[in-house]
Amino acid sequence: MACMKLNKLEQYLQDIETFDCPKIKLEQYMTPPHIAACMLHTIQSSFEDIEDKMVADLGCGSGMLLTGSLLMDAAFCSGFDIDPGALRICAKNVSEFEFTSYDLLACDITMLDEKFYNLYDTVVMNPPFGTSSKGMDVEFLKSAMNISSGSVYSLHKSSTRDYITSKARQWHVKNQVIAELRFNLPHSYSFHKKKTVDIAVDLHRFTHT
Amino acid sequence: MLTSRCLKGVVTGYPLGIVAKEIKIQESEFNKDFITRLIPKLDWNVFWSTAKQIGYEGSLTQQIIADYENNENFLKDVHHALVEVDIFEGELICPETNRKFPITDGIPNMLIKDNEL
Repeated sequence: MACMKLNKLEQYLQDIETFDCPKIKLEQYMTPPHIAACMLHTIQSSFEDIEDKMVADLGCGSGMLLTGSLLMDAAFCSGFDIDPGALRICAKNVSEFEFTSYDLLACDITMLDEKFYNLYDTVVMNPPFGTSSKGMDVEFLKSAMNISSGSVYSLHKSSTRDYITSKARQWHVKNQVIAELRFNLPHSYSFHKKKTVDIAVDLHRFTHT
Repeated sequence: MLTSRCLKGVVTGYPLGIVAKEIKIQESEFNKDFITRLIPKLDWNVFWSTAKQIGYEGSLTQQIIADYENNENFLKDVHHALVEVDIFEGELICPETNRKFPITDGIPNMLIKDNEL
């Protein structure tokens, strides 16, 4: 089956509802629809890691990547998040599209049990960048590598590229930056002085060696 | 959905007990290849007993059948219990501590407080 066109995907994702009041500590930023669409489209067209795959989204929030993966014909998607409120919005978003092959779980991403290990083919995620809670980006990655038997696709600040790469090496995991993106984050928290902040972000692909 | 339900059983003690207060059936396209690939990853015993407990085991048996890859009816029953049967309201219960984890709007909440770690 030919995969959904990029602009069509982005158009659909623009209907995704965001957080009511994002929590700073959890670094809840909605993945912009444009970024999510580019990310998922690249993952499918270059690596065929979405269609017919069992996909997990760690820190799925309101479900941008989860919904996008289902739109791209993932066989099944699981969304994990520590915030039950965000998951309720996520469930609403996914149900708007009438998808049924997904499930959601409120849990601590850093404490996923061994029963989840190697369960998923692919993990897609936009983890916390580790700005508010230091090291959280790496904790998410660790969990993602554990539960995936295939590839992990994750967004990280470009400024942390060397650090992320050194972590991957330390775990004997192969990583590759497959896209450089610009996150234009709207003024979602009161401490942001400017209207929007532009952040350089890398899309990493991690594979077990 | 049952997938996570069984797998989730995991967080403390295993398997978790299950109480289903409201079950929703959501029709979903049968994906034979996906179900066939998923079965070896399931803890069959736990999956089967959980399905049976809530009354959705269908034709499934405690022992997994030998050539399930070629048995479409069997795969469809797995699909039904795994993907279509959704416990909308209920709870999961830790077998050791009896700690209850609520399932609200189909979302199990396995969060624990710091003092429960």
